[in-house]
Amino acid sequence: LQVVMQLFLTVCWLLPYSLATCGLFSRRLSSASGPGPKVCIVGGGPAGFYTAQHLLKARDDMVVDVYERLPVPFGLVRFGVAPDHPEVKNVINTFTQTAQHERCYFYGNVNVGTDVSVEELRKAYHAVVLSYGAEANRSMRVSGEGLAGVFSARDFVGWYNGLPSNKELQPHLNCETVVILGQGNVALDVARILLSPLDLLKKTDITQHALDTLAASRVRRVLIVGRRGPLQIACTIKEVREMINLPDTAADMLPADFESISEALKDLPRPRKRLTELMMKTVKTESGQHKANKSWGFRFLRSPLEVLPGPDGKRVAGIRLAVNKLEGSGEDAKAVPTGQTEDLECGMVISSIGYKSLPIDPCVPFDPRSAIVPNNMGRVKDTAGLYCSGWVKRGPTGVIATTMNDSFDTARMLLKDMDSGMLNLSVNKPGGQEITALLKERGVRAVSFPEWEKINLEEVRRGTAVGKPREKFLDVKDMLAVAWS
Amino acid sequence: GVSKPCVHSLSTLLDTPTLSVHLVDVKSETTAHLLLHSLCWSSSSCKVLLHFVNQSGMKTSVSAMEGESLLEVVINKNLQIDGFGACEGTLACSTCHLIFEDGVYEKMEPMADEEMDMLDLAYGLTKLSRLGCQVTVERWMDGMTVRVPQEVKDRREKPEAEI
Ligand SMILES: Cc1cc2nc3c(=O)[nH]c(=O)nc-3n(C[C@H](O)[C@H](O)[C@H](O)COP(=O)(O)OP(=O)(O)OC[C@H]3O[C@@H](n4cnc5c(N)ncnc54)[C@H](O)[C@@H]3O)c2cc1C
Ligand SMILES: NC(=O)c1ccc[n+]([C@@H]2O[C@H](COP(=O)([O-])OP(=O)(O)OC[C@H]3O[C@@H](n4cnc5c(N)ncnc54)[C@H](OP(=O)(O)O)[C@@H]3O)[C@@H](O)[C@H]2O)c1
Repeated sequence: LQVVMQLFLTVCWLLPYSLATCGLFSRRLSSASGPGPKVCIVGGGPAGFYTAQHLLKARDDMVVDVYERLPVPFGLVRFGVAPDHPEVKNVINTFTQTAQHERCYFYGNVNVGTDVSVEELRKAYHAVVLSYGAEANRSMRVSGEGLAGVFSARDFVGWYNGLPSNKELQPHLNCETVVILGQGNVALDVARILLSPLDLLKKTDITQHALDTLAASRVRRVLIVGRRGPLQIACTIKEVREMINLPDTAADMLPADFESISEALKDLPRPRKRLTELMMKTVKTESGQHKANKSWGFRFLRSPLEVLPGPDGKRVAGIRLAVNKLEGSGEDAKAVPTGQTEDLECGMVISSIGYKSLPIDPCVPFDPRSAIVPNNMGRVKDTAGLYCSGWVKRGPTGVIATTMNDSFDTARMLLKDMDSGMLNLSVNKPGGQEITALLKERGVRAVSFPEWEKINLEEVRRGTAVGKPREKFLDVKDMLAVAWS
Repeated sequence: GVSKPCVHSLSTLLDTPTLSVHLVDVKSETTAHLLLHSLCWSSSSCKVLLHFVNQSGMKTSVSAMEGESLLEVVINKNLQIDGFGACEGTLACSTCHLIFEDGVYEKMEPMADEEMDMLDLAYGLTKLSRLGCQVTVERWMDGMTVRVPQEVKDRREKPEAEI
């Protein structure tokens, strides 16, 4: 009987929900000024959606609004994650569930800091969470960085992944050798895209203009240069294995780089040990075998000094590197220049030494040195009611799972502050209603989640026609036209 | 005496309203065992009793189907484990990290390189760690306990001045 009752109750519970999702009931709860706590999230990437997810789950009176600069959601899952890693993008399903939640509302096409200020958001909501990621990149600070053929990995990735601001990048892949600076996973993503067989890429959601450029590519050799040694490499084993398994591509390593590290091997933690062993095995089996048409390799203990121009003085023709030695050992070892230098010839340089967050609004504290919003476990320094999560909180490192955990941490902190009364919930806040009115006054029209779903459908339709999972729109104008059609 | 298994309803999963999952109270494990074994006679694939200890140390017992992955068990039984299985079982993350008992771990199918590659990125990696999406429920696992890595308790707040 108990079971039957339970079932009956469940059905009663489900009914209004399924009706609401069918669109029979209005979902614009965020615009209704109910008495519950209202939280606003700035940025619709993993950090924003995971923070929202945790908040919505923890309190059933909470309303969460997500503001995103672009008309399309998901941040680096759409514009960062490599097109040949579709599995990683499965997190989009969970984000979509969150966005479709009864008490969640997505406002795309709203640039916080320009269209609406953080101060205005703080007035309209009980709490504001900054999850706006890291939209710039560290620069090498060497001369020649402005030469033609020198790119940041961030722009290059944005170009092949369809980030509107990178659609005009036009990298000419008419050289043999590309040097990538930095040895993180982004560097390996870029190397893999440069060397992958076109037939593989064709079936991904890589942009068509990138595919066309890659089809004409003459690139046959990619060197991935790090300032420290093999034991300090920043990328992870799965990505190195993918490089090793690239068809028609040999690993070109320098055996001398690995000679002195075998005795350190036994004391390493398992992840570092397995990664090092894999590289050493590759050196053994591959060195001297050059039957493949293309190659890739790590170069260690080298820092960029100067990008060298060719005879025309405009295009890159090489790079001058400082030869380093290590001071200390293990993860914290430091690269120190020996005074020697080395030149590498190359027709393209891609600097992949990390992303970087930017300040969003003058009223929000920002630490220019570490390029993050200074915070204590997600509470923004000296600013009650303001929180942060994701890369803008921690800096631009960590996989999606890392971002997820730190977003849950921030959400927990916020909930704790609600419970303790540190956040005053006794005053009603207008939430999205007030902001929508403000945006309307300013001529800014937001893209709702159902409107994004129209863009999504159209992209998938365009993709299906050419055998790809989707063909992305590259232009904000085109996205908006579909959203509001 | 023979007590009836209690029925618990779990709190709502994100946006799915309460789908009551019938869990067996920890106290009446033995009874549950008996009930489960009697189920084996009637169904083609056998039910296996599993105990999950979540991030905050709370234990939940469920009956799983032989052949399901542990990730599927967690999803199907609506176990409340935050962020579990982000990549949906495609070996592209390590969020379904589970820790096994000594003695059980050794009996499982050996790990593929690809699983270990992802596992190496997991929080709180132990010698008894596996990814839930790669472990299939087998009959001999009946009664085993698996743990979700505990939340780090000692990440204490820094005083404001230290920022
Ligand atoms: C090239 C690349 C590849 C990666 N590949 C993987 C991978 O394969 N697997 C993996 O686990 N991790 C991967 N990562 C890491 C993962 O992408 C990050 O951990 C995660 O995206 C960080 O989330 P975030 O929400 O903090 O930032 P973001 O993803 O950058 O999201 C921030 C969002 O805020 C928006 N925003 C910015 N400014 C404003 C504003 N002023 N107003 C409103 N909105 C704004 C942005 O448009 C964006 O949507 C990769 C990262 C990079 C750079
Ligand atoms: N497939 C995936 O899972 C995937 C794909 C892409 C990105 N991601 C994640 O996203 C995050 C960001 O990736 P990332 O590659 O941008 O960053 P990263 O992993 O931090 O790597 C940055 C690289 O740049 C080097 N570097 C930094 N400053 C430098 C300088 N001034 N001069 C020379 N070299 C410098 C670093 O060397 P040092 O070590 O010496 O500082 C390191 O090799 C990472 O956590 C990554 O794992 C994951």
